[in-house]
Amino acid sequence: MKKLKTHTLVGGVLIGVLLVLALVAALWTPYNPLGIDLRGKLQPPSAAHWLGTDEFGRDVASRAMRAASTSCLIALLTVALATAVGLVVGVLAGFVRGWTDRVLMAFNDTLLAFPGLLLALGVMVIVGANQWGIVLALSMAYAPSVVRVVRGTVLSLREREYVEASRMIGNGEIYTMWRHILPNCVAPVAVLATSMFGWVLLSESALSFLGLGVPPPAPTWGNMLSSARPYMASAVWLCLVPGLCIALTLLGINLLGESLRDRLDPRTEKS
Amino acid sequence: MTHPNSSAAPVLSVRHLKIDLHGGAQTLVHDLSFDVRPGEFLAVVGESGSGKTMAARAILQLLPPGIAQSGGQIVFDGEDLSTRDVKAMRPIRGPGIGMVFQEPMVSLNPVHRIGEQMAEGLRMHTKLSAAEIRARCLDMLRRVQIADPERCLHAYPHEFSGGMRQRIMLASVMLLKPHLLIADEPTTALDTLSQREVLDLMVGLAKDQGTAVLLITHNLGLVGRYAQRAIVLEKGKLVETGDVPAILVDPKQPYTRKLVDALPRRQAAKPAPAAPQQPLVQVRGLCVSYPGARAGFFKRHAPVQVIDQLDLDIHPGEMVALVGGSGSGKTTLGRAILRLAPSHAGQILFRGDDVRRADRAALHRFRLACQLVFQDPFSSLDPRMRVQEIVAEPLRHLPALDAAARGKRVHETLDEVGLDGLGARYPHELSGGQRQRVAIARALVRRPAFVVADEPVSALDMTIQAQVLRLFQSLQAHHGFACLFISHDLAAVEQIADRVVVMERGRIVEQGPRDAVFDQPSHAYTQALLAATPRPLASLAESVPRPSEKVFA
Repeated sequence: MKKLKTHTLVGGVLIGVLLVLALVAALWTPYNPLGIDLRGKLQPPSAAHWLGTDEFGRDVASRAMRAASTSCLIALLTVALATAVGLVVGVLAGFVRGWTDRVLMAFNDTLLAFPGLLLALGVMVIVGANQWGIVLALSMAYAPSVVRVVRGTVLSLREREYVEASRMIGNGEIYTMWRHILPNCVAPVAVLATSMFGWVLLSESALSFLGLGVPPPAPTWGNMLSSARPYMASAVWLCLVPGLCIALTLLGINLLGESLRDRLDPRTEKS
Repeated sequence: MTHPNSSAAPVLSVRHLKIDLHGGAQTLVHDLSFDVRPGEFLAVVGESGSGKTMAARAILQLLPPGIAQSGGQIVFDGEDLSTRDVKAMRPIRGPGIGMVFQEPMVSLNPVHRIGEQMAEGLRMHTKLSAAEIRARCLDMLRRVQIADPERCLHAYPHEFSGGMRQRIMLASVMLLKPHLLIADEPTTALDTLSQREVLDLMVGLAKDQGTAVLLITHNLGLVGRYAQRAIVLEKGKLVETGDVPAILVDPKQPYTRKLVDALPRRQAAKPAPAAPQQPLVQVRGLCVSYPGARAGFFKRHAPVQVIDQLDLDIHPGEMVALVGGSGSGKTTLGRAILRLAPSHAGQILFRGDDVRRADRAALHRFRLACQLVFQDPFSSLDPRMRVQEIVAEPLRHLPALDAAARGKRVHETLDEVGLDGLGARYPHELSGGQRQRVAIARALVRRPAFVVADEPVSALDMTIQAQVLRLFQSLQAHHGFACLFISHDLAAVEQIADRVVVMERGRIVEQGPRDAVFDQPSHAYTQALLAATPRPLASLAESVPRPSEKVFA
């Protein structure tokens, strides 16, 4: 119980700060994150620029804040889309079985066979490199693993005796699925979704790093990191700031995910 | 009764054994002292949580992490085992003390051949050559009546049934000729027939080798049949110790009395209905088969016939017991009648309508009148629902009841099964017996006309079994539903059934009124089942004449 509280607290504070920063950044940042000041470029952290300036003299703190809102929005939307698609397809495959299952899973496994980033790259090329393109591409890359998890869970749950008991009561198949199977899928899916949030942040950064993410000059943690690369030795804060942002977010998400899993399981409620 | 060697020094002598959880947070075994004499068969009796398994594990210094012995001595062969470290225990485990575990499905390693697993002990503890080891293994396998022991040595554990695996386990433990054999509920996972085989072999081998046996069990029937002495544990304390006929026939302590009273007893048969009634359920020529194993990409082996041309009648208000060993098809029959399993030919008439050919609406009407109680109370309840939600769920198909009436009905039903005030709990917060009561409440809340109960008490402790059986019986008398009671436990069946139907390999081999089947079984299979069922009180009544009520004649 004590351990659970520390997890929740640390995770909650990290993610809370991130969300506040992301929300504030949408309305206000200390400087214009796109405002170029070539005379004040590559300045180390100071009273005026808390986290220094980059190679175009842009305020790193403002850019990191703005990037937080972009990155979080992309990650949230991607996780939501991938989980929704994964749940629908996974439940369908696991519950209907037969040919539906075989066809869906064959398609799903084909997608899984591609490395996620490669798949996302391919989709990005087709739909274009913008915010929505990234969301779509990353959802396609991540949905198959959700499908796998959901289908497996449904397959094992549908053999439980309480599912059979529900059938004996006279409940229809759809009601049984809704009332007895879906709620019991929530815990594994929630855990997967939280860790997925982390992967998506990383993938988005990786895409930006490869130049296929949100196009510059709009900041994301990934493209900040990628443009900081040449200055790694001379201006270490440039890569340290986005790097730390990504690391702390991942830490927060994982801690929160762990306590979420414990919360979602009634068996651990009162122990 | 006299004991051989009762004056000789004990093989094992446990003195003031104390076992604690997490350095004293909870004491699992208090001040336990007992002796095991050479060649004797001593039973340790108790319910779940009585500390009997922990005591046994302590003897072998195999306590799970977090649980430790905090006092007392375990003297084996003149030396206190609790002072030995892990390495010093190794020569003791095996040739000194052997152990057979409860679950035969997991106590053999699935990735090794039987021969390798059996030879392991001999290789470690003796200097025999490979050929000698092999010869001894074969010999022992023959001794435990494994057909074709040569092939068995090269086979993997999954190729054997539970009873055979337990025999193989026994063989590999007895190969080392231990002075003491600890058997922890060795037959709880087996059906009555395999149970008898395994225990008879265990007794025979122990007698041949002069091994003393410590049998841990909750089943007093086995105690009465096999043990010479018994010790009774309750919540980690020794309650009573005594010779076997006496302790069962005339227990001194109230707890032992409670255990003995929990043994199923036959009750007076219900008077037969005056006029013959129309049967509620009529099964005619029912066949169920499973598709054969895959024999190639498109081909399959011939289907396996599980139920073969079966006829069965169940009258309103009648308690019909369906008995048979594992694999006799009794569970499949219950599920097929409820249309939870597909059947391939025949008719299932419920109040005259064929359920097998029913359309959706008719099937729904049939389901409204029928219910099922499952064996395992741990998987038959949705872990995310509270008890009252679980019990209320069947009522959503009775539109005539409004919310208030539903609440009242749920409350009444919970009250009836003795779960008053536990409606807001989750299943994991209940004990096994309470969970099974929830399952019964869920089955009965809609006042069904027909209930299939699939081994409803076999997963429960003896005293809980007795409570749940009594509850089930009184509910049946009160509500008057017809019931198909599926069980391999003839003792429970004798207590509860009006009529007994015996199944073997998908066919009914004998059926009739309970007293007739139990007193004059006509078919050999029924006779074998009855002979394999431990009947402690009856067999003891012969040796110790005593005017007791008629129990398990």
